[in-house]
Amino acid sequence: MAEFSLPANSKVVEGKTFPAPAGATRVKKFKVYRYDPDKNENPRMDTYEIDLDACGPMVLDALIKIKNEIDSTLTFRRSCREGVCGSCAMNVGGTNTLACINAISDFRGDIAVYPLPHMMVVKDLVPDLTNAYAQYASIQPWLQADTPAAPGKERLQSPEEREELDGLWECVLCFSCSTGCPSYWWNSDRYLGPATLLQAYRWIADSRDEYTGERLDALEDPFRLYRCHTIMNCTNTCPKNLNPGKAIAKIKQKMVERR
Amino acid sequence: MSLQTDLARVRGLGSAKEGTGHWWAQRLTAVALVPLGIWFVFAAVSLAGANLGEFRAWLTVPYNLILMVLLVGVLFHHMQLGMQVVFEDYIHNERSKTVVLILNKFVAVILGVSCIIALLRVAFGG
Repeated sequence: MAEFSLPANSKVVEGKTFPAPAGATRVKKFKVYRYDPDKNENPRMDTYEIDLDACGPMVLDALIKIKNEIDSTLTFRRSCREGVCGSCAMNVGGTNTLACINAISDFRGDIAVYPLPHMMVVKDLVPDLTNAYAQYASIQPWLQADTPAAPGKERLQSPEEREELDGLWECVLCFSCSTGCPSYWWNSDRYLGPATLLQAYRWIADSRDEYTGERLDALEDPFRLYRCHTIMNCTNTCPKNLNPGKAIAKIKQKMVERR
Repeated sequence: MSLQTDLARVRGLGSAKEGTGHWWAQRLTAVALVPLGIWFVFAAVSLAGANLGEFRAWLTVPYNLILMVLLVGVLFHHMQLGMQVVFEDYIHNERSKTVVLILNKFVAVILGVSCIIALLRVAFGG
């Protein structure tokens, strides 16, 4: 059966508090999930009081400030700090999102920061995305065509055909949507999840691809595709404001169309 | 422990090449249940306080009997499709899942057939 409570060694306990420097006037508390696989301890929530007058505007700025100035053991992924790499996906204030494109000022009260939900935690805010990446690879996310491209030419696409890819190509594969999906929580071993299905549809919708039928064949499965129960957490949480729920609906529509 | 690659594990036994039929049937039965359900509520309200004789008279009107049999058939089919999805979602032990899915079909067919036989018996006596 699905597990509805955390195992004993995963229960989160209260951690350390790092107070703001004396004289700080605008103080914001960050409660951050900490887990160190090298220590035989339960995960804990550490509290960092940040002086907002000495910190950049985004949640990621605060995490970088903590790592640089307060507690160098804090571990998280980050790279581009402008919402195009997808590395800093985490659960901030109860929502899966990218820490780099969320302003601290948009959150009321303390800000709780957790890793992406229901994934194995490598350390602190770093989830193990091995399974999600393998699922992405399984849908063969590259252009497949038997017709050779004209020598020295691009494969052409009309402006209308190109428009079909809008709302799909922008996905940065941060997996905020997949890890926000209850169906993916319970069945991620077989259900591909919204991120991978949106990517699958990105190739199904590409007019230059000649393997649409094979792609649909590979998805036609009670688990791979049809575990989607249109809960729509994916679309609600997407930090890039994309609509994976709609992409999945379009795959289902194509499945019926070809019957 | 397994030394299988991640891709091999994710590909697993491959696509079942089905699921669309189940999904489509669930939508069709849901759509059919909207008018049938509304009709049934009105019918049940109009029959409030009726005795067996009055109910039998109502049920022998052909379209009432047809709609009742359709309602029962569609309802139990829809129930069985929906419950199957719930069991598949939450039961992860293959053996118990198989047993529960078989019971699910059996219970739906037994309940559905029993209801239809009951309707026919009331309508035609016996």
